[in-house]
Amino acid sequence: MKITQISIFIENQSGRLWEVCDLLGKNNINIRALSLADTSDFGILRLIVNDPEKAYQKLRENEFTVGKTEVIAVEVPDSPGGLAKVLKILKDNNINVEYMYAFVERSGDCAIMIFRFDETDKAIEALNNNGIKTIKGQEIYGL
Amino acid sequence: MIWNEEYETLPREALEALQLKRLQNLVERVYATVPFYRKKLDEAGVRPEQIKSLDDLKRLPFTTKQDLRDNYPFGLFAVPKEQVVRIHASSGTTGKPTVVGYTKRDINTWAELMARTFQAAGVGKGDILQNAYGYGLFTGGLGAHYGAELIGASVIPISGGNSKKQIMIMQDFGTTAISCTPSYALNLYEVAEEMGVDLKKLPVKVGVFGAEPWTNEMRREIEEKWGIDAIDIYGLSEVIGPGVAFECVEAKNGMHINEDHFLVEIIDPETGEQLPYGEKGEIVFTTLTKEAIPLIRYRTRDITRLIKAPCICGRTFVRMEKVMGRSDDMLIIRGVNVFPSQIESILMETKGILPHYLIIVDRENNLDTLEVLVEVNEEFFSDEIKKLQQLEISIEKSIKEMIGISAKVRLVEPKTIERSQGKAKRVIDKRKI
Repeated sequence: MKITQISIFIENQSGRLWEVCDLLGKNNINIRALSLADTSDFGILRLIVNDPEKAYQKLRENEFTVGKTEVIAVEVPDSPGGLAKVLKILKDNNINVEYMYAFVERSGDCAIMIFRFDETDKAIEALNNNGIKTIKGQEIYGL
Repeated sequence: MIWNEEYETLPREALEALQLKRLQNLVERVYATVPFYRKKLDEAGVRPEQIKSLDDLKRLPFTTKQDLRDNYPFGLFAVPKEQVVRIHASSGTTGKPTVVGYTKRDINTWAELMARTFQAAGVGKGDILQNAYGYGLFTGGLGAHYGAELIGASVIPISGGNSKKQIMIMQDFGTTAISCTPSYALNLYEVAEEMGVDLKKLPVKVGVFGAEPWTNEMRREIEEKWGIDAIDIYGLSEVIGPGVAFECVEAKNGMHINEDHFLVEIIDPETGEQLPYGEKGEIVFTTLTKEAIPLIRYRTRDITRLIKAPCICGRTFVRMEKVMGRSDDMLIIRGVNVFPSQIESILMETKGILPHYLIIVDRENNLDTLEVLVEVNEEFFSDEIKKLQQLEISIEKSIKEMIGISAKVRLVEPKTIERSQGKAKRVIDKRKI
């Protein structure tokens, strides 16, 4: 239920983001979801891709600073208050969200959100106990 | 104005005779009292009685900052400790500070040299000197203080910092002269401007600036903004403190070295060979009169050249040009000595491994800036922005704690810092000095 996210350190320079995406494209790696967090000096690109292991290797070979992080993908009801419902469960269980971003595709009647928690297992348990579905890696990579 | 007409205008021949007599006395004295020098002279095969002319200076071994460190704290003192009335020290940023002592007579000599300095700048009895050099272990504050008192000026011992108060006191006390680092003078200008105070309208007429390298452009800027004469001075704690050399307000062209107290040479920093007048090299001093901690051929690491041409002020001492740089890797940033190895040790401590890094020193609005680029690697990387920012901040904090200077730390991508084939290039100094 945990899925692997690839994080890449990117200096704020024009063309740098393109280089990452171009490298992935040439290696037939498809981006499923992404988020870019930035400061005035640098950014961190976080990616969910169809083949995280390959992406990790290729980026490393090309001397990017890459990290692998476990995140979870959560089905969020695609209706007003849907996200609030998920966040309430987390709040009630004292779980802090490090960061989150949206998945580009929908699964049934739900949207998909990617969450990064400090206590990933505790979060999964709390969500599942409250009827919120977390999506398996294989499902996400292949969507 | 010349404080000590007799010595400052001594004909060359008489000056050299005096220097020789004092040199002979010095070598005899250190040979008899400082085991370190006795050993060095024995190793160099020189006996004190073999010093027959000033040219024999070449036969004497050099003394370095490392020698001072190795003999920390009092190993190079040439007098019993009860004769030492004052102890100063460098900041000790690379570990132990270098310690220097003064006898009562050394303090008097120092005051005399600073009196010459102030008089040459046009500061005299009746002037109100705001002394904004730091007081304490640093030699600047007290060195200037005693000299100004000796000439009969009224000294305001305000020390550095507290800029708004500096401006207020300048207005209220009618300060006519100021002494501080040149970059602080420009800081004060900015503070005055914010306060709506026009420094040109105040009675300040002259500034005596030193303790860090500065350019003639900076001089012009200070002179224009303050409406004063800006005078350059030179000194280092090992040799005596400020007062080793000073500009005269008449010429403002090179600093007169107090040659009756210091024997000066320019050497090739690589070979140690003496260079002729006018050539650029490392300036080396031998203290001729210091009692507590005399130094023989002390290597300053400062690069400059000597001007022998007579000066319009009438002084016969040779002049040294503004210091152009350093022969070792030490940086002087905002008057503080900084070694790349210090930054390295901080980076090493942060994660237990040493990342590639680059130190960039620049000057913005006449204030030195320090930037450290650190290459991110997998040990340093995190997918959370806040952790990376915390990393930058913690390195900045460590730098500030260790060297007292604010630095900007910037994380950069791997392999973006240029690799060199030989010795790594760790420093880019963009300042034009």
